[in-house]
Amino acid sequence: MMNLESIPLQAFLIVSSALFCIGIWGLLNSRNAVRVLMSIELMLNAVNINLMAFSSYIDNNLIQGQVFTIFVITVAAAEAAVGLAILLSLYRNRVTVDMESFNLLKW
Amino acid sequence: MSIAITTQFICFTVLSLVVIIGALGVVLLESIVYSAFLLGGVFMSVAGLYLLLNASFVAAAQVLVYVGAVNVLIIFAIMLVNKKEDLKPISDIKSRRVISTSICLTLLSLLIRVDLTNVWSLSSPENSIGEESTIRIGEHLFSDYLLPFEVASVLLLMAMIGAIVLARRDVMSKDISTGLPVDQELIEKSSEPLLTNKN
Repeated sequence: MMNLESIPLQAFLIVSSALFCIGIWGLLNSRNAVRVLMSIELMLNAVNINLMAFSSYIDNNLIQGQVFTIFVITVAAAEAAVGLAILLSLYRNRVTVDMESFNLLKW
Repeated sequence: MSIAITTQFICFTVLSLVVIIGALGVVLLESIVYSAFLLGGVFMSVAGLYLLLNASFVAAAQVLVYVGAVNVLIIFAIMLVNKKEDLKPISDIKSRRVISTSICLTLLSLLIRVDLTNVWSLSSPENSIGEESTIRIGEHLFSDYLLPFEVASVLLLMAMIGAIVLARRDVMSKDISTGLPVDQELIEKSSEPLLTNKN
């Protein structure tokens, strides 16, 4: 079918686009707050795949994309820790993890 | 990368299938515990994709941080809050599903169109540093990315302290207003929601 010397950049980009859209779908449709956090992690991973693919195909000498990926992984770890701590204190106050019941700030 | 091109294609196909199907499982499966373990599989496959892109250091960091820390943290959170509860039915759930799915599919088609039609200015593979990427990342982190590197350490400290402050349970030995000793047992067993939903 194809006679290429390497995997095309577009293949990586399409995988990351699909992963990002699945993450958004999960973010919009989950009732469970833990699943919302998981969807955010999926979206961050999609962004990371994008950065890594670009750094390997377009900037393959300076690889600044890989440095950015390291920083994104750092921020994602911090975000997961704080997010789950917020989740625990929410659960302690409302005894549920249903996203529909967290409507205290809703007009 | 010294692997034959056919092997690379097979690895890429398998890894991307695992990523996509695993991610669909994460958002679609009924049981949140299965979702958490599938999420670990997705993270591992993404690390495999990084290895295909000649980035061994980032792949190792991905496995250590995502699979070793974030996924374990999520599983612990599930164990702490996973209570079987009957969710209240939402009246317009059908239309919500339809609208969100169509938005996601539109976004996906737009992204794929951009991916395929844009002309990427690929650099020649001769300049590629390949396996030396770990050394180059170290050079970046201690020269032109030194400030973000230091700020990241402050960020991690802030996140750690913030998580402890948010998640700790403040139990005082005396009631502030009355001065009477607080019944600790009552606090541990307290199941009455403090802010119940009125509607």
